[in-house]
Amino acid sequence: MKPLQLPSYLDQDTAVKSRFDALKNRDVILEVKQLNKVFSSSKNDVTALKDISFVTHRREFVCVIGPSGCGKSTLIRILAGLESATNGDVLLDGSPISGPGPDRGMVFQGYTLFPWLTVKRNVMFGLLNQGASAASAESEAMQWIDLVGLQRFANNYPDQLSGGMKQRVAIARALAAKPRILLMDEPFGALDAQTRAKMQSYLLEIWRNIDITILFITHDLDEAIYLADRILVLKANPGEVHELIEVPVPRPRKTEQFITPAFVATRKRLDDLIHPIGADGDDDKLNMIRFTQAGDDIEPTE
Amino acid sequence: MTTNKQKNRWLEPRIELPATEYRLITLASFFLPILLWCLVSYVPFIWHPNIQITEPGEVSYFKEGMLIKREIFALESEKMLSQAKKIPQGIPANPIYLPAPDEVVRALYTSFTTEPQRRSEQWLHESLWHSVTVVFSAFFLSSLIGIPLGIICGTYAAASRLFEPFVEFFRYLPAPAFGALAVAILGIYDGPKIAIIFIGTFFQQVLIISNTTRKLDLSLLEAALTLGAKKLQLLFKVVIPGVLPDIYRDQRILLGWAWTYLIVAELIGTSSGITWFITQQARYKNFDNVFAAIFIIGVIGLLSDIILSRLAKRLFPWDKSVNKS
Repeated sequence: MKPLQLPSYLDQDTAVKSRFDALKNRDVILEVKQLNKVFSSSKNDVTALKDISFVTHRREFVCVIGPSGCGKSTLIRILAGLESATNGDVLLDGSPISGPGPDRGMVFQGYTLFPWLTVKRNVMFGLLNQGASAASAESEAMQWIDLVGLQRFANNYPDQLSGGMKQRVAIARALAAKPRILLMDEPFGALDAQTRAKMQSYLLEIWRNIDITILFITHDLDEAIYLADRILVLKANPGEVHELIEVPVPRPRKTEQFITPAFVATRKRLDDLIHPIGADGDDDKLNMIRFTQAGDDIEPTE
Repeated sequence: MTTNKQKNRWLEPRIELPATEYRLITLASFFLPILLWCLVSYVPFIWHPNIQITEPGEVSYFKEGMLIKREIFALESEKMLSQAKKIPQGIPANPIYLPAPDEVVRALYTSFTTEPQRRSEQWLHESLWHSVTVVFSAFFLSSLIGIPLGIICGTYAAASRLFEPFVEFFRYLPAPAFGALAVAILGIYDGPKIAIIFIGTFFQQVLIISNTTRKLDLSLLEAALTLGAKKLQLLFKVVIPGVLPDIYRDQRILLGWAWTYLIVAELIGTSSGITWFITQQARYKNFDNVFAAIFIIGVIGLLSDIILSRLAKRLFPWDKSVNKS
């Protein structure tokens, strides 16, 4: 079998190239400078993140991927203010962040809707915290619920919703608080493949229609390419920036693009970065014993 | 296949019962002990270790209505027979401390209708009501402090360290041991009784509720933080509504504990309430009345628990586990 002749993932057609030029001229929303995180215990220090630096521009969609243990969850929790960095700076609109706040909305992998509140009241939560009146919070919440297509479920409790619907409410809830950036920590990780694909298209649709910058963590390579403008690839032990890839797949994105050369070339590059050949090769090989010869024509011998 | 499954369903772990079976078995749970009681009471050859004398014969110390051990009765009968004297007659009977169901049912009725023997004494329903007020005032006072303190200990590490070690120590001290002290401080009437139930409930309550509060999913608090909730908002808008159904469940269990302290508490100072009634009746050997009173306490406990569990469904419509039980 001949290997596919793929273009380089660095090749960008003129439309993509001019899009990136425009993107880089936009305001910087989030700037991460020389971020380090060390978990200290009495026995030893573990460096989870080492010298992470990157910027995201206004209305940019950035995905973060990396092998497990590369600290991508730690990174997003630091950005959300739920954990503190050992050193380094996180600047939002040019000023350093302090603790968690509504300017950085977050969608978690687990379901974190408040089970005692209806869908509508969940979405109103952030608005009421910011001092909105009940009436205005309610009408605004209904708009966000409309946006994620759940108006019929506004008065249901979270337990009555499917996993995908719960995450749509979680997105609406985070967006209702009007964050500058939406942080998403593997939000679709617990969903089945079909629901996940639908949710990805949904998210792109939402992102297209409102002024929001998204930082999205995933371990699914296809998901990252399908969604992102740029992909921040981390490597493990310690968690460092491996490469910041500009996705050469033109927008608007469609699922048919999964088999375009640009997409496949990017995927190949990500694969090489995350699963380098020979890195976990030889000791992983299974020592297979043959138990049968019956029906041995199931596949041709090489 | 299906028939096979149905046959063995009672042995399958954690399989839900069909509605009719569910109800029947629930009934059996009460019916079987009552059946056992009836068998022991009404079937002469089951147990009945005594003989109730109907005709004393010529045995000098036998009297009509007397309860005599079976062996002694046999011995005396043989003695009479060998001396050619008139032999005694009797019917098998249970000891006096095990009255038959019908006697207890009759006692249940008559204990409410008979006037107290002395004018200073209370009717049964008055003693009962007195007991209920004592339990509920003690439980109310305990909850008034215990619930907020438990929630605060479960939410803030500093509060937990300040209160829990002492509470942990105190809960091992047996509540009845404070009886004499409570009487010295609070007098001989309801004060010390409420205090004993309070001591027995409160310290457990703080620990149970702080543990329940700690079980709240941390990510709910994190989500609230990213939605701009601040300090006290986190407590009042996330922690408290989040743990309320679980605390409600704890309270139901704790109320049962409060009832168990009642009997000890009512013996302290002047004996009162249902305990007074029980000890008084036991003294007169009216064990049918004793059983009736114990039975009433059980019914009050069971009824209040059923009411509370029904109420939970209305209070927490969003909580799945509440709606199941």
